[in-house]
Amino acid sequence: MNKVKQLFASLILAALGLGTAQADYTLNLMKGVTKVSNDIYDLHMLILWICVIIGVIVFGAMFYSIYHHRKSKGHQAAQFHENTTIEIIWTIIPTLILVAMAIPATKTMLELNNVNESDMTIQVTGKQWYWDYKYLNTDIHFESHLDEASEKSHRTMGADPRLVPHYLLNVDKPLVIPIKTKVRFVLTSADVIHSWWVPDLGWKKDANPGFINEAWTLVDKPGTYRGQCTELCGRDHGFMPIVVIAMEQPDYDAWVKKTLEQQKQKPDLSDQTREQLMAHGESVYLKNCVGCHQIKGAGVPGLIPALTGSAIATGKWESLDGFLRAGTSKMPKFDKLNGKEFAELMTYVRNNLGNNVGDELQPKQTALPDDDDE
Amino acid sequence: MSAAVAEHDDHDDHHHDDHDHGPAKGLLRWIITTNHKDIGTLYLLFALAMFFVGGSMAMVIRAELFEPGLQFVDPAFFNSMTTMHALVMVFGAVMPAFVGLANWQIPLMIGAADMALPRMNNMSFWMLVAGVLLLASTLFMEGGAPNGGWTLYPPLVLQPITVGKALPFAIFSVHLLGISSIMGAINIIATILNMRAPAMRLMDMPLFVWTWLITAFLLIAVMPVFAGAVTMLLTDKFFHTSFFNAAGGGDPVLYEHIFWFFGHPEVYIMILPTFGVASTIIPVFARKPLFGYASMVWATASIAFLSFIVWAHHMFTVGMPIAGELYFMYATMIIAVPTGVKVFNWTATMWKGAMTFETPMLFSVAFVVLFTMGGFTGLMMAIAPADFQYHDTYFIVAHFHYTLVPASIFILMAAGYFWLPKWTGHMYNEKIGQLHFWLSAISVNILFFPQHFLGLAGMPRRIPDYAIQFADWNMISSIGGFIFGASQLLFLYIVIDTIKGGTGEKVSDEVWEDAAKHGLEWTLPSPVPYHTWITPPTTVPTEHVLDIH
Repeated sequence: MNKVKQLFASLILAALGLGTAQADYTLNLMKGVTKVSNDIYDLHMLILWICVIIGVIVFGAMFYSIYHHRKSKGHQAAQFHENTTIEIIWTIIPTLILVAMAIPATKTMLELNNVNESDMTIQVTGKQWYWDYKYLNTDIHFESHLDEASEKSHRTMGADPRLVPHYLLNVDKPLVIPIKTKVRFVLTSADVIHSWWVPDLGWKKDANPGFINEAWTLVDKPGTYRGQCTELCGRDHGFMPIVVIAMEQPDYDAWVKKTLEQQKQKPDLSDQTREQLMAHGESVYLKNCVGCHQIKGAGVPGLIPALTGSAIATGKWESLDGFLRAGTSKMPKFDKLNGKEFAELMTYVRNNLGNNVGDELQPKQTALPDDDDE
Repeated sequence: MSAAVAEHDDHDDHHHDDHDHGPAKGLLRWIITTNHKDIGTLYLLFALAMFFVGGSMAMVIRAELFEPGLQFVDPAFFNSMTTMHALVMVFGAVMPAFVGLANWQIPLMIGAADMALPRMNNMSFWMLVAGVLLLASTLFMEGGAPNGGWTLYPPLVLQPITVGKALPFAIFSVHLLGISSIMGAINIIATILNMRAPAMRLMDMPLFVWTWLITAFLLIAVMPVFAGAVTMLLTDKFFHTSFFNAAGGGDPVLYEHIFWFFGHPEVYIMILPTFGVASTIIPVFARKPLFGYASMVWATASIAFLSFIVWAHHMFTVGMPIAGELYFMYATMIIAVPTGVKVFNWTATMWKGAMTFETPMLFSVAFVVLFTMGGFTGLMMAIAPADFQYHDTYFIVAHFHYTLVPASIFILMAAGYFWLPKWTGHMYNEKIGQLHFWLSAISVNILFFPQHFLGLAGMPRRIPDYAIQFADWNMISSIGGFIFGASQLLFLYIVIDTIKGGTGEKVSDEVWEDAAKHGLEWTLPSPVPYHTWITPPTTVPTEHVLDIH
């Protein structure tokens, strides 16, 4: 049912997207949707115009000279090579311009830095290669991965990305925030350095492993705002987008309620057909494994082992299950998956990606007693 | 050597020395040579070769970015290409090319017989070759070449799933390149301070010599810092230290600070000699003395000093205390003042000159204009809040390529056209030179200007694939890239053609009209003899410092 809805929704999005998600010739910075982003836009335009004016004067003089003071026009070279007055002038004037520029820049910098008096806090954790969002002081906690359509498209050589709505800028679960509310972000990372950037909010901030950075936003206008990781974080750095949906307070409250209910739902451990297991297993694989082990399970020579023909993947399922839950020094543990997902994933890995063990695992087999808590 | 000089002085008043032995015969000449001209040639040819190697990597990058979607390469290989492109261009092409120019020109310009430490000179060249070959060998290793960016940030670069066997080799290569650069720098300082013709005081030196003197001090100051940083990476990786590992009490941001304490002076190491060459070429073709010689020297020294105290503007978004953000913003903005002085001085040098536009002058004028554009975007990025938008986007890519390609690279081309006739005694083909210039100048803007738009529209750097709205400018940028890449083959042709005889026109000693007024090298015969200034010149051109005398 959910799948059908998703398919339907993506078809509509695709139809709309074909009209709007086309390439364009954007030239300038976006103003964004917060006061700070607008201040930054104003700073950007101010310094841009200062540069343009200086450029016109300097290049104007240079090109006048290039045109008039040439030997072919019979111009005789003057021999002056110093003029203290003019040298002092062109040292002092730029200094004054810079001082004038520093004043508004300092104001905006102080504003950007002021995380006090926020109404709510969201913890953002960068992970290879997705974002993990936790609404502090609530139970809301979810991962935000690149959407499946983009994931499949970019991993298929020759696929046409123009057919995918919001190609590489779409996620499965967007971050939702209320408008007119000061939201504080605390950012960190679980592995390498990432950087969280949504241009419409006006800033980016690095997510450093072992350290916490702070930032904030206050969005005025409801809407969907997209961004990306901006610090090189490994092979899939280009594939961990950010989507922020800003909602009116009542809509946001409804979203909170719905999300909390969904999170409380226990996984459905009823039996599935082989086709269902394989299809769901592919989704779990695309979300959790494909970044390293690749779309066909080939791994990366010298860095990441292949799953195709792997003794662990095709051996006893109980040991594979234990391996996935424990992780290794190179691979994170996947105990975050529930029993249902384990059954689907293992069935997929053992019977696709060039493997053919021939078994199928049902959620009831792989569920641990405490999986129900999730 | 000194005995030979003494003997020479006794018997001959001319600075031709017909009886001195020439270079060793055959290939061995190039391996064992201690002659500054031979070593300069080696450096320049090696840099040219690496320019094409690094350029090919850029072509791979632009081909993959030609269209959205992945067409040619795997994302990890793409990351290797961006990493290696930067390392090869910085350490294999631009820096060695300027060392090559220094080797050729500094002794000629200051009236010295050779570099002060000729054997070390040979060693620093061959160590450079070893370092670059070691780096290039990582391309063929299990797990591929380093792919964590040329900045080599931990923890990424230490991750077993990201970088394979290449890391220790890349780090050792950095050590070799660092030692090579430091030896080169020591040699340049020793030469400039000790071996000037007696008539040449410091404030008589050509600006190219001045800028290299200052650059050499920068090199000595920062290369050990970089070596230290990568050594800490090495011990973190193999000896279980935790300099940059938070779990062991370290801090990954510490690496960024150390790296950029090296990295910012490093970018000036690539631009200060560029300023020197531009200040040498523009007066010759404007037929005027350089405007504001003394202020040029002071501006160079100020820029070099400032380069040490602005590093964290590369890290505005890393999460610094507000005092740090503001300090680094103000300090960075100040750099615009001495840099502005330089641009104004070049413009004033052209003003009321009698200009002609041979290829070296064309490249130099394009340098002044396009470097200034890179300077403008640099000023924009100094505004810390605005940098929260620009940082790590294509806006930055456009900025530093404007300050490197149509600046450092253009000036290296200009230097080639300017001095090749002197070095070889042959004139290059002016028509092909002009064609090379116009193709390069137009295509470099098609290549890099749209990248400003991409960055402002939100495209991060170092990504192999992008959202559809970035498609058009990327395609235009790639087309510019391919034209620029192909145009450089003309330069290769011209260099080979000129060495083999060029137009066949006999060039005069001065080569360029009245050039001898501007520099000592133009008083020597063309081609320059294998040994020069066995007897130092008794007078030096001081046209640029008339008022000081």
